[in-house]
Amino acid sequence: MPDPGIILAILVATLRAATPLVLAGLGELVTERSGVLNLGIEGMMLVGAAVGFMATVVTGNPALGMIAAMLAGAAMALVFGFLTLSLLANQVATGLALTIFGIGLSALLGVDYQSHPITGLATVISPHLSEASPAVQQLLLIDPLVMVAVVAPFLVHWYLTRARGGLVLRAVGESHDVAFALGYPVIRIRYFAVMFGGAMSGLAGSYLSLAYTPMWTENMVAGRGWIALALVVFSTWKPIMLALGALLFGFVTIAQFQVEALGIDIPPQLLATLPYLATIAVLVLISRDTTRTKLNAPAALGRSFHPST
Amino acid sequence: MAFVRGQQRSGLHIMCGVHVSPRVGQPPRLELRGISKTYGTTRANIGIDLVVQPGEIHALLGENGAGKSTLVKIIYGLVKPDEGEILWEGAPVSIADPNAARAMGVGMVFQHFSLFEALTVAENIALGLGNKQHPRALAPRIREVAVRYGLVVDPQRHIHHLSVGERQRVEIVRCLLAEPTLLILDEPTSVLTPQEAEGLFVMLRRLAAEGCSVLYISHKLEEIKALCEAATVLRAGRLSGHCDPRQESPAAMAELMIGATLPQCGRTTAATTGASCLVVNDLSLPSDEPFGTDLHRVSLDVRAGEIVGIAGVSGNGQKELLAALSGERLAPRADSVVIVGQPAGRVGAAGRRRIGLAFVPEERLGRGAVAEMSLAENALLTGASSAIVRHGFIRFPALRTFARSILAEFRVLATGIEATAGSLSGGNMQKFIIGREIGAAPRVLLAAHPTWGVDIGAALAIRQQIIALSDSGVGVLIVSEDLAELFEICDRIAVLSGGRLSTPKPPATTTLEEVGLLMGGQRQAAVREHAHAA
Repeated sequence: MPDPGIILAILVATLRAATPLVLAGLGELVTERSGVLNLGIEGMMLVGAAVGFMATVVTGNPALGMIAAMLAGAAMALVFGFLTLSLLANQVATGLALTIFGIGLSALLGVDYQSHPITGLATVISPHLSEASPAVQQLLLIDPLVMVAVVAPFLVHWYLTRARGGLVLRAVGESHDVAFALGYPVIRIRYFAVMFGGAMSGLAGSYLSLAYTPMWTENMVAGRGWIALALVVFSTWKPIMLALGALLFGFVTIAQFQVEALGIDIPPQLLATLPYLATIAVLVLISRDTTRTKLNAPAALGRSFHPST
Repeated sequence: MAFVRGQQRSGLHIMCGVHVSPRVGQPPRLELRGISKTYGTTRANIGIDLVVQPGEIHALLGENGAGKSTLVKIIYGLVKPDEGEILWEGAPVSIADPNAARAMGVGMVFQHFSLFEALTVAENIALGLGNKQHPRALAPRIREVAVRYGLVVDPQRHIHHLSVGERQRVEIVRCLLAEPTLLILDEPTSVLTPQEAEGLFVMLRRLAAEGCSVLYISHKLEEIKALCEAATVLRAGRLSGHCDPRQESPAAMAELMIGATLPQCGRTTAATTGASCLVVNDLSLPSDEPFGTDLHRVSLDVRAGEIVGIAGVSGNGQKELLAALSGERLAPRADSVVIVGQPAGRVGAAGRRRIGLAFVPEERLGRGAVAEMSLAENALLTGASSAIVRHGFIRFPALRTFARSILAEFRVLATGIEATAGSLSGGNMQKFIIGREIGAAPRVLLAAHPTWGVDIGAALAIRQQIIALSDSGVGVLIVSEDLAELFEICDRIAVLSGGRLSTPKPPATTTLEEVGLLMGGQRQAAVREHAHAA
């Protein structure tokens, strides 16, 4: 029987590892439910991480850092929205370009902030963290952003299924022509959805640079944006499923470190693939009912809308 | 009259039973003066006038491309006119968007339904109403209107579970909940069985008697004669005339529509039938689409020189049957589909063409032809015979000769064989595709909705080509929703309903009513049960 302290540590670490995936994934889920496919999550997260870190260093206030990160993510998304929604550029190509742009921009912005020390979010909130007992220390690591990631899936689920705004959003993603014929401002709704997605990606990025590993290093998002994107598809566009998928991914990531710590002789490269394999395996099993997947998928996903056609 | 109009906002029930007829001195509900609209080089509407009186069922008549849709979109605020004036209840208005139109009292039932498949009936209706009603709060109102007008719909069902007729009911209920004073219906009966259409007419007459004006778009003359009190006829974007359909003969109205007398078409000689050239044996095939219809034990035999028609409302397995026959989907067994004596169930589309099958799909652009490619290139797609392609190389002179012969023989109006397929009108494109398929000298022709969306003149030419083809000994299978057409040219008619095919009967031994009842199939029974339960 393992020590309860270790179990608590694993649980908290799982939550923390899942947080950026949940935040970015929910943003993308809302974007996709409105019918827009934004492949730029990775880039938006990176810019969010860099800007959030810089703002925190400059102001000394991580809350302002998070707000700056959300604004930066939304600004990136606004560029994407302008290109794809107003100028009708191809969404896939534009999204990929946004990721490449985000990698470069964040590296450029953060060049003077490499190896700049800041205090982690949990320590900022409870300054006596290091003096607390190990169990309390673990609980204090559940910072406000982790709590947001726990609550947000339910809020998004409620909004999409119960609120009128969510109904209109789903309708726009289902058929923009019909929504337009009924008099809904398709483009404006999609701008809002895209910018919400950008803000959530920015927030997810700032979680990485302010709380998860409190520092800025180039390309520190390390593919989490792509995992979030995959989670959206495999969760069949359902917020709570998405959160469960992110938790699973987080759990296997943490479990892999524990296995390594126990000294079991498995090549580390193989272990590193485990979170991806486990998440994909479980989500594929969940979404193997193709009829349901097709039903939940926003029918207008990735298609440009122009009122005259 | 002022009393009635004053009460309209407070609910439909108050108007019940009040008969309203147009009176002198009262402004028309809607008046259009000199409406013009140009898209690029196409003049869709040129100086059109239209007057709809309160409580009137007014027909808007015209062929495809005559400008009916554009005009209606202008009234509904989807398109802005370049010139002209719109008067609502006598006052000039400018309709910025559909919300403004709905606020004014205009309701619209679209030809291609404006419903969201993945949402429920109540959600769809909530989306269609401007006021912020919650779907659940709407359910009792939906039931109330449904009962009043005999439009049975269950608010909690998802749209993709509904038949086409039921979807139309949802559309109409959605409009009625907004309490319109002008209801526009765009070709509403094209998706209905004759019995369902009759039910719709009863509902519309009742609505008109309560003071709601109806603008009814159609090209079915008999229907308009039975239903409408006034008609505005369009031809090639221009006003062709106003008339009273109750006084005019269908032939006279057709003349207004096409600008010439309508020639007759039909089989002059009784077809002599030969050996079986397309046989379907007990074919069952589950649909591969989330909203599709499974095929249940379909059996069919088309003989050489015979035209067999498959009637039915689309969504009853037509798509699945056509895919299984054309080879886009393989059958479970080789002998499920036999073409000219060869078991072809496991043979793909190209293989079946080699055996002698030609296929005219429903979608002209996208499946029948590639919009961005020239007519010559499109002719190559299925017409690649050994004379045109040798050792993998295209012989362009032969290809151009083939494409030109299609244009000439089938009277396709195009700027030339280098014109892109997308630049042709629906009718001309269809003539081209049928010409290409016939040009491949098939043994069996499979045609889906051959004259759908095609104007009267082109439809007639297409039917004559099909008849000529069958006279030359080719077996023809037509899948269509147009019962009049099937009765006109087919030797035998079967009905596809809920994925099951009825036994084909010669038109002489069956009636429109019988076919209509078969088309309704179990659906009608289910609706009746539903009505009793409610």
